[in-house]
Amino acid sequence: MTPVPTNDNPFAGDNSGIQQRETAARWALRIGSYIVVIITLAIMLHIFIKGAPVVFRSQWPFVNTQFLTELPATLHVIEDQQGNHIETDVNGADAIKKKLGDNFRAEKTISYSGGGILGPIVGTALLVVVSVGVALFLGVACAIYLSEYAKHGKFLEMVRLAILNLAGVPSVVFGLFGLGAFVLTAPTFVDVPADRSVFSIPLGFTTLSFEGWDTCVLSGGFTLAFVILPVIITASEQCLQAVPQGFRETSMALGATRWQTIRYSVLPFATPGILTSSILGIARAAGETAPIMFTAALAFKDKLPWQKDLPPLPADASIFAHWEQSVARFFGIFTESVQALPYHIYTLAAKIPQNEYAERAQYGSVFVFLVLVASLAASSVMLRKRLRAKYRW
Amino acid sequence: MAAETSAPTAAEPLIQVEKFNYAYGDNQVLFDVDLNMRSEDVTALIGPSGCGKSTLLRSINRINDLVDSARVVSGKIKIDGVDLYAPDVDVISLRRNVGMVFQKYNPFPRSIFENAVYGLRVAGIKDRHDLEEAAERSLRSAALWDEVKDRLHEVATGLSGGQQQRLCIARAIALQPRILLMDEPCAALDPIATARIEELIHQLRGQYTFVIVTHNMEQAKRIADRTAFFYKGRLIEEDDTMNIFNHPRDPQTEAYITGRLT
Repeated sequence: MTPVPTNDNPFAGDNSGIQQRETAARWALRIGSYIVVIITLAIMLHIFIKGAPVVFRSQWPFVNTQFLTELPATLHVIEDQQGNHIETDVNGADAIKKKLGDNFRAEKTISYSGGGILGPIVGTALLVVVSVGVALFLGVACAIYLSEYAKHGKFLEMVRLAILNLAGVPSVVFGLFGLGAFVLTAPTFVDVPADRSVFSIPLGFTTLSFEGWDTCVLSGGFTLAFVILPVIITASEQCLQAVPQGFRETSMALGATRWQTIRYSVLPFATPGILTSSILGIARAAGETAPIMFTAALAFKDKLPWQKDLPPLPADASIFAHWEQSVARFFGIFTESVQALPYHIYTLAAKIPQNEYAERAQYGSVFVFLVLVASLAASSVMLRKRLRAKYRW
Repeated sequence: MAAETSAPTAAEPLIQVEKFNYAYGDNQVLFDVDLNMRSEDVTALIGPSGCGKSTLLRSINRINDLVDSARVVSGKIKIDGVDLYAPDVDVISLRRNVGMVFQKYNPFPRSIFENAVYGLRVAGIKDRHDLEEAAERSLRSAALWDEVKDRLHEVATGLSGGQQQRLCIARAIALQPRILLMDEPCAALDPIATARIEELIHQLRGQYTFVIVTHNMEQAKRIADRTAFFYKGRLIEEDDTMNIFNHPRDPQTEAYITGRLT
């Protein structure tokens, strides 16, 4: 037996370069991740630095309430002989000019940059509610059918392919589709069909006319729903598939119908995941600009959707009439066109001459937009956590 | 062997499998199976993996209908002389009469009580008192009542494996079925839990007709009145359990029970 040299480590690495390649690969991947994180943080920080001062104040109530509670308006900036700038709205401009008298030097008007952004916030919230509502209903229904009822085969593969393709359609195409389908041809009940009606079916007491819903929250919401539908269907189907097959078999072996099985033993356990997918849907629906440009959004609107002029009720109107008007007012919200945050930002950034006041409004809107989307997402995450704690297997 | 008369007599078996051929797509897994199971017997189905015994078991309550490609090629399974695959058979009421316990204990992640009454709930029973009574009765039958009576509303997945499997049995017998199908009910359990399940089957013997798929031949010996040996989709031999294990007629059966056939 030859004695082994004591200084020879049998586990020493060789010099084939394997270690170096391992280190290089690890660092390449690590640097890639760092770049992503840095860019994300840079975007956030940039928006925070530029946008937070617009929204927050150093004095009580610390928040720029005007920015959050007023509709957008034209900003009037009046300059006096000393070079001071006074910001005001259209009503205040004359009074200030009169007070300044000879001290007045110049007046600038900047569109959309005054007031606040309540209109776009409300509009985006309504669009998100309608689109996520429609997309969740259609998407979950479709996912349940595909996952629980449809038989495996060519047809199912084709449907899946179609859904994947839908996800690849550019959003402006959805906008045009929405314009054609919902704004111009969707069916609605009217007393007298409009001239543009594609065709109409008299029903006696009313007429079903394919004349479209016009540009409104409903049209935009449905269009956005189709934008986010593929995401919701795909994610929901994955969540349904993740529920153990044993739950289905057990439930049906206990004499449950397929629908009872889905209702009691599949859906409750897939819901947390489906909600996660709706988070993605919310963020996407709130952020899309192209699909709502032709279907719902206006560059400017001086009224909130519920501030509609309805004929005043007579003093002796019955409770029923009041109730009817409230209902009409509620549903009227969805048949109004609105301002929306992404489109408002686009208008501020691309449609008006750029200056410090327009920039301020832009970043303020972007900041509020981000906070809104983030808080929507956060509430969904919290809801999912609570559901997950309830249904664990 | 199949009785031609439709009038049920004491001698007539409860479950009759007649020339049963079954396939998944083009892959036939059962060939001409003829098997009769007597009322109140415990029948064990044994055989190596992939021999078709589970498929046969899962055809008796038609739970295999859930598999897209599964189909009956020819032949019949009858309970009380009624062909289960006849068009006028409602699978829901069939499954209420034929309970099933699966290999992997899988109570729903709900309360113990909700698990026990699941079958009754989906059958439309809403009365709280009826449900509570049924839950107690079935949990007592499954020898679980004393262990869980103080925590009926705790989540069932917190129970031990053996308790979960007994809950699954309670859940199946809450519907008071005539037949209980068990697909390797102890495969996921430790020996002590297994012994309790076997003890339970002994207690319930006579109240239900048991059909049990098992890989454990000792278990078949301990609990089964009759044993059927399957190999490659065919029924090789079926007899009293003691005969199968002591005097197998077929060389393949002998090879399997002595561990020379896998």
